[in-house]
Amino acid sequence: MVEQVPLNHALIVTTLMFFIGVYGFLTRKNLITMLISVEIMLNAVNLNFVFFDNYLFPGKLEGHFFSLFIIAIAAAEAAVAIAIFINLYRNIRSIDVEQVDKMKY
Amino acid sequence: MGTSAIIFYTIAAIMIVFSLLAVTARKILRAAVYLLFALGGTAAIYFMMNYFFLAAVQLIVYAGGIVVLIIFSILLTSHIEEKMQKPDTWKIILTSILGFGGTALCLFVITNHLFVAHPATGAEATMATIGEKLLGYGEGGYVLPFEVISILLLAAMIGAIVVAKRNKPKGNG
Repeated sequence: MVEQVPLNHALIVTTLMFFIGVYGFLTRKNLITMLISVEIMLNAVNLNFVFFDNYLFPGKLEGHFFSLFIIAIAAAEAAVAIAIFINLYRNIRSIDVEQVDKMKY
Repeated sequence: MGTSAIIFYTIAAIMIVFSLLAVTARKILRAAVYLLFALGGTAAIYFMMNYFFLAAVQLIVYAGGIVVLIIFSILLTSHIEEKMQKPDTWKIILTSILGFGGTALCLFVITNHLFVAHPATGAEATMATIGEKLLGYGEGGYVLPFEVISILLLAAMIGAIVVAKRNKPKGNG
C-alpha cells in the first residue's frame, strides 16, 4: 500500500474525516450524536498517527502506540460520558444540550 | 493503479460517506450504525498496513465496545423512531464555512509539502515486538504510559459506576 498510495492522499482522507467530525460536533444538539462526532474526530487523528508512522518512520512503531493509547483513552471517555448522559436523563428527562445548563448549579 | 490502491480509495470513499451520514442522519440509531461502518473502514486500513494488532484492537474496542455502549445509551434515553429536528440554517452555513475553511487550510499545507516516504517499507508489528515495547523501560519503551492508562481505566470505571448509580429516593430513610 505504501508504494501505491502517496501519503498526501491518505492525509486528505483523514483531514476530511476530521472536519466532518467538527461539523457534526457544532451542529448537533443531542449529546449522544455529539459524542459520535467526537469519536469520528478521534478516529481521524488515530489514522493520521498511523499513516505518518507507517510512511515516514517504518519499524519504529511510535504512531502505532500513540493510536493504541488514544483508543484506550477514547474508551474511558465514552464510558464516563455515557454514565453522565444516563444520570442526566434520569434527572431532567432530556439529553438536549440546550437544556443541560442545570449541570452548572 | 495497483490492487491495493483501488482497495484503499474504495475504503476511503466508504469511510468519508459514512462519516458524513453519521453526522447528518436524522434518526439517532442510524447515526450510530453509520459510525460503526466508518470505524470498520478504519480497521480495514490498519489491516492493509499490516498492523494486525491495532486493527483487532480497533474492532474490539471501537466496534465492539464503544458503538455497543452508544447504542445501549440511545435505547435508554431516546425514542428510536423519533426524527431529530434539523439544525438551524444559519448554524449549518456558519459551521460549513468553518469546516471548509479548516479543510482548505489543511489541504493547502498537505498538498504543498513534499513527503518523502521512507524506503524501508512493509514494517510489520509482530506481537512479540508490541509486547516488548509496551513493557519496555529502555529507549522506545512505553511502560509508563501503559501503567498510567491502566490507572486511568480503573478511575474511569469507578467514576462511571458512581455517576450512573441511582440516588437514594429522598425521605425514605
